[in-house]
Amino acid sequence: MVRINVNGEERQVDVPEDMPLLWVLRDELNMTGTKFGCGIAQCGACTVHVDGAPTRACQTPVGMLTPDSKVTTIEGVKGKAAQAVQAAWQKLDVVQCGYCQSGQIMSAVALLTDNQNPTDQDIDAAMDGNVCRCATYVRIRAAIKDAAQTMRA
Amino acid sequence: MLHHLIRQAAQTGFPDSGFAPGPLRAPSRRGFLKAIGAGAGVLVVGAHLPMPAFAADAAPKIVGPADPRPHAFIIVAPDNTVTVLAKHLDKGQGIVTGIATIAAEELDADWAQVRGAFAPADAKLYANHFFGIQGTGGSTAVANSWDELRMAGAAARAMLVAAAAARWKVPAGEVTVSKGVVRHAASNRSATFGELAEEASKLPVPQQVKLKEQKDYVLIGKPDLHRLDHISKTNGTAIFSMDIRRPGQVTAVLARSPRFGGTVRSVDDAAARKVPGVIEVISLPVGVAVIAKNTWAAMKGREALTVAWDDAKAETRGTDAMLADYRKAAETPGSVAANKGDADKAIADAKAKGGHAVDGEFVFPYLAHAPMEPLNAVVALNPEGGCTIWAGSQFQTVEQMTAAHILGCKPEQVKIETQWAGGSFGRRATTNADYIAEAVMIAKAYPKAPVHLVWTREDDIKGGRYRPLFLHRITAAVDAKGALVGWKQRIVGQSFMAGTPFEAVMVKNGVDATMVEGASDMAYPVANLAVDAHTVASPVTTLWWRSVGHTHTAYAKEVMIDRLAKAAGKDPVAFRMEMLKDHPRLAGVLKLAAEKAGWGQPLAQGKGRGVAVHESFNTYVAHVADVTVDAKGQIRVDRIVVAVDCGEVVNPDIVKAQMEGGAGWGIGHALRGEITMTDGVVDQANFDSYLPLRMSDMPVVEVHIVPSHERPTGAGEPGVPTVAPAVANAVFSVTGQPLQTLPFSRGGIVS
Repeated sequence: MVRINVNGEERQVDVPEDMPLLWVLRDELNMTGTKFGCGIAQCGACTVHVDGAPTRACQTPVGMLTPDSKVTTIEGVKGKAAQAVQAAWQKLDVVQCGYCQSGQIMSAVALLTDNQNPTDQDIDAAMDGNVCRCATYVRIRAAIKDAAQTMRA
Repeated sequence: MLHHLIRQAAQTGFPDSGFAPGPLRAPSRRGFLKAIGAGAGVLVVGAHLPMPAFAADAAPKIVGPADPRPHAFIIVAPDNTVTVLAKHLDKGQGIVTGIATIAAEELDADWAQVRGAFAPADAKLYANHFFGIQGTGGSTAVANSWDELRMAGAAARAMLVAAAAARWKVPAGEVTVSKGVVRHAASNRSATFGELAEEASKLPVPQQVKLKEQKDYVLIGKPDLHRLDHISKTNGTAIFSMDIRRPGQVTAVLARSPRFGGTVRSVDDAAARKVPGVIEVISLPVGVAVIAKNTWAAMKGREALTVAWDDAKAETRGTDAMLADYRKAAETPGSVAANKGDADKAIADAKAKGGHAVDGEFVFPYLAHAPMEPLNAVVALNPEGGCTIWAGSQFQTVEQMTAAHILGCKPEQVKIETQWAGGSFGRRATTNADYIAEAVMIAKAYPKAPVHLVWTREDDIKGGRYRPLFLHRITAAVDAKGALVGWKQRIVGQSFMAGTPFEAVMVKNGVDATMVEGASDMAYPVANLAVDAHTVASPVTTLWWRSVGHTHTAYAKEVMIDRLAKAAGKDPVAFRMEMLKDHPRLAGVLKLAAEKAGWGQPLAQGKGRGVAVHESFNTYVAHVADVTVDAKGQIRVDRIVVAVDCGEVVNPDIVKAQMEGGAGWGIGHALRGEITMTDGVVDQANFDSYLPLRMSDMPVVEVHIVPSHERPTGAGEPGVPTVAPAVANAVFSVTGQPLQTLPFSRGGIVS
């Protein structure tokens, strides 16, 4: 049995310790908002927060988490940055196929939690690990700036 | 042309070989009525309407059936929601929103009450009028739905008006509708759609409807309408087939031959069966399936398999060897795709009389589609026979018939629950149902539980169905006055139509239309044009890839045009404009893009500007690219200006999004995209080796839409073909070196 804390709830799962958090979330806890895109931390579709830090769930063996580790997924993300980011994404109709967007949003929320006035270079650095094959990058950049403005206001 | 040919193929039927499912049979309508739960109080008219023949070649202006069919597309529920059913797959291009907009406009619905849903698989009700089967592709969806859904919306509106008139005992002509509210002003009465739905559902469907004029639109053409999926796709609640969880569902992964055309010789599955969570290992003609309790166990189980492959029929060449063979083929004439005048003579004459000839050899690599959602499908066998498939289904009819062939049931016993698709770019539209057929085969072999077949990213990158490797050789000439007088082009590559049910009609006189589109029918009026093609065979599987033949033909053409302009001493925009006098819509987008980009203004040292213009899928697009070439010769794309004419625009913001995304798609693959093989084994595996465009590569994109009253066409594919050649021409303007081998990273100019 592995104990983890997801979105503020204690969960127990009967899985091998090397099972990545991604598959624990998706297959064991039926939380499918976190996506499988590459399995090798190259696309960011599986981005969650572990103790607030953006983390690729596909390369995080669940056994590495302690019961004190706080995992936040797209289903549970909240707060000022999350609100601003999701509102900006909706306002600018960022999504196309939408499959990468949970991960994009989790990365953007982490960026804006730390930095409410990101430069283009800050955005590149924070978001380059999140691939969007529809290439919604123009709008992701605009939405991050829009959300940052909301947060500063 | 592509559309008509596919439709003919569907009517001619599928040959009985491989997964091919036998002659096309008409599926029943029962699935539809059941799927949408037609019941009391819901405006879904169960009465059978006479089904018109599929779109007439004779009347190309009218796309769709001649009568309104509100029952097939619009559900007005007592809770006052209006659900518009999409017969097309939405893989990000926004078609669920687009067709809902068309129907809601004529219905005079309030946008806030409008919902979207995917229609069931039923070719009789939901055939793509360009194809004759239910399917999405070729940027046909809006053109398909334009008449169909305006008529359906207008008919449903008329039924709601008639219901209100009957209830209030007033003339229907005095009843008005606005924003989802039906009113009789004189008696100050009003009702919502939901309140009238049940009464309206009992009325006859009007066979004649009056459609609105463009000036009266309140939804179509408005830039501030939100996509219907803009919330569910930002909070993790949108469901893709990857997210389907049926009771008792198991997960399967499939070990496939590392070489295309290889087959299983022997399997040792002892270690795989010992992996905790692995339930079963099954050998199938398509590979070895590992079935497990969850995805991780299935993947671990597959790693533990030992499979010996038989490469007797496999491709064992590397891509360098294949290309060498292509070059040999290019030495001899191919099958004729276009032949006007005498190209050889015109080119020789031009050279002899003070003109200039330009030679170009272009190499285009294999490219994977790599949609963000790896391919997957859930299949459950139905107790009454047949099965239910949950997938991002793009060719529903092909998938239905293929599944029926595998299971030995009737096509109508195959239900398809189409889900949001996490991208496709052509990948999900296959002529043999591909991964869905695999999933059905596994479900047949393991009937105990619903099976979720999941491709990993490695399966996807190594899994074929690539944009084919292509070689183009072109010689073209301008005369002493700088006029384009001769063009000779040879194209060598694989046909993805050959060997499929579509071959008989898609391949004419040895030429696959999808290989030469955009070249043999180029808009530039060259009097002496010779285009021919060699179709080469390989077990490597290939497929259409966002904008199909135009991905390479437009590139070769537009890069050559810039070289010819230079040879003629002419400005690239002026040179093109001279030749597009009889093509006002191409000239229109070229002029608009050039103006908006500031064409002709001086640029700083190291900065370049390039242009390209092309028609594809009946849409006209021009791109102007601004680039920087740094001191080390490395390039960066700074800005893209795009002008698009796709007729009347339903959702301008979605067209804009498609142009932005199309720009990224074109640039990303031109910079670094390639699939190569060594001894028949694919060298790339994942996004660490098949390098996608990332945020830091993405330029500014400015989109300009030409206002139009022409019939709407598509936007998903046409935004791609001219991006890469515009970038190449911008680099050419700085370096004088034409970029003729893709990707650009091969030339060392991209990090």
